[in-house]
Amino acid sequence: MRLSSKHTQIMAWAACWLSASIAVGALLIIIIYVFIKGAGIIDWGFLSTDPIGGIHAEGGIRSSIVGTLWIIALTLAVAGPIGIGAGIYLAEYAKDNWLTRIIRWVIETLAGVPSIVYGLFGFALFVIALSLGFSILAGALTLSCLVLPTIIRTVEEAIRAVPPGHREGSLALGATRWQTIRHVVLPAAMPGIVTAIILAMGRAVEETACLYVTMGGAARMPSSPLDPARTLSLDVFYRAMESIEPEKAFGTALVLILIIFIINALTRWFSGRWIEKTQGRLCGG
Amino acid sequence: MGYKMEAKNVNFYYDKVQALKGVSIGMEENQITALIGPSGCGKSTFLRCLNRMNDIIPMSRIEGEVLLDNEDIYQPKVDVVELRKKVGMVFQQPNPFPKSIFENVAFGPRRLGINNRMRLEEIVERSLQSAALWDEIKDDLNKSGLAISGGQQQRLCIARVLAVEPEVILMDEPCSALDPIATLKIEELMQDLKKNYSIVIVTHNMQQAARVSYWTGFFLMGELIEFGRTNNIFSFPKDKRTEDYITGRFG
Repeated sequence: MRLSSKHTQIMAWAACWLSASIAVGALLIIIIYVFIKGAGIIDWGFLSTDPIGGIHAEGGIRSSIVGTLWIIALTLAVAGPIGIGAGIYLAEYAKDNWLTRIIRWVIETLAGVPSIVYGLFGFALFVIALSLGFSILAGALTLSCLVLPTIIRTVEEAIRAVPPGHREGSLALGATRWQTIRHVVLPAAMPGIVTAIILAMGRAVEETACLYVTMGGAARMPSSPLDPARTLSLDVFYRAMESIEPEKAFGTALVLILIIFIINALTRWFSGRWIEKTQGRLCGG
Repeated sequence: MGYKMEAKNVNFYYDKVQALKGVSIGMEENQITALIGPSGCGKSTFLRCLNRMNDIIPMSRIEGEVLLDNEDIYQPKVDVVELRKKVGMVFQQPNPFPKSIFENVAFGPRRLGINNRMRLEEIVERSLQSAALWDEIKDDLNKSGLAISGGQQQRLCIARVLAVEPEVILMDEPCSALDPIATLKIEELMQDLKKNYSIVIVTHNMQQAARVSYWTGFFLMGELIEFGRTNNIFSFPKDKRTEDYITGRFG
């Protein structure tokens, strides 16, 4: 039996709708599940005390929140400028030759390397060879290596997507190459650059394996980046795997989700305002 | 009669492909010179030699001389950035920056180091006035340059060029993306502008060349076939190929 084009049309729509529903539905179920399981764990005591550990996973997550914020801040401080700079270089300055093709290929490959491999590298280089020990700094430097390929690729794509007419218009006005990049190309690519930063922050918050082998999991408040510490994701791991009350991990997981949510919302809000301020209103009189 | 710009025996190559063959042409001050010809004839390439926009194309090279006020702009001592301030350019596709209308016009002056708000406001108003756009958008200066119509965007791009006070304005098919009414506005504007600027326009619209220009050059396959007063070119073309083109036999 041949289907009429009308029927195939409906079937295509139904297939797409079903896929979207399954994808969104699965995510919603996970979030709701974590909410229900985690909400009962969280109270002021859980948020305001440091973990104690033990088989009952006692104590809260205060130091783990601090550890997570340290990791986000340091990783972005290291990988942000380097990644954006490298992305600008590849998109604007690098000639297309065998060397830059190899560089791009290496970056692409590195983006797919499992995080535990970065962890091993970070352990050998930062923890041992550079004598940083298990510390926030060693973890953040390892994480920086991990997120760099993603930042570079995303920034490069964002800059390449800026229409050539913008560059020509600026150069034709007597702007220098750098003025053109700084005042025309980068502002136009800003939404993509913000996406790169958000992706990097997401990786920094979620990453567990490579931090396990570079910053340990000390259950106390770090006093400097040279101290070992836990992040929230490590805290989830410890509570789930090394205690007999794994459900307490859901409390940490819920806080983790909320922090990611807040960071994303804040970043989008600030960048949205910044973009409106620098690029002018697109609608309204 | 003084030439504002003059090309002497210019050859241009994209890698091994020769795009311009021995082009010599003089562009009179405070007049509009039109360059016509079929697609791929080299007229845009030639225009972009006049402010060295072709410099950014890898593997390209130029021979011959291009003079601005009798100075060769391809001399090593010439600062390209300085040159492009004197020789502004309007492109085929309106290309306002994703910035406010005000910042689009203030872009050039800001790069020159002008940051005084009052001074910038003055320049922006004067430039938008000169581009015949001020009355339409004076209350919307904070709006994005991308939020106005195509014709307004092109006049904004002209205002942006005027703000750096150039001496020559190059226009690369400035109306090909615009509707007839917007096109008419730009053509009227060009007549105003030629009082203070020398204009070179590339167009594939022969009626436009006939309407706006005083001099016309006809390009074919990288060569300048014929150059002369617009009236003569269109009424009494000397070369058979020019005649075939303007009577619509090809192109």
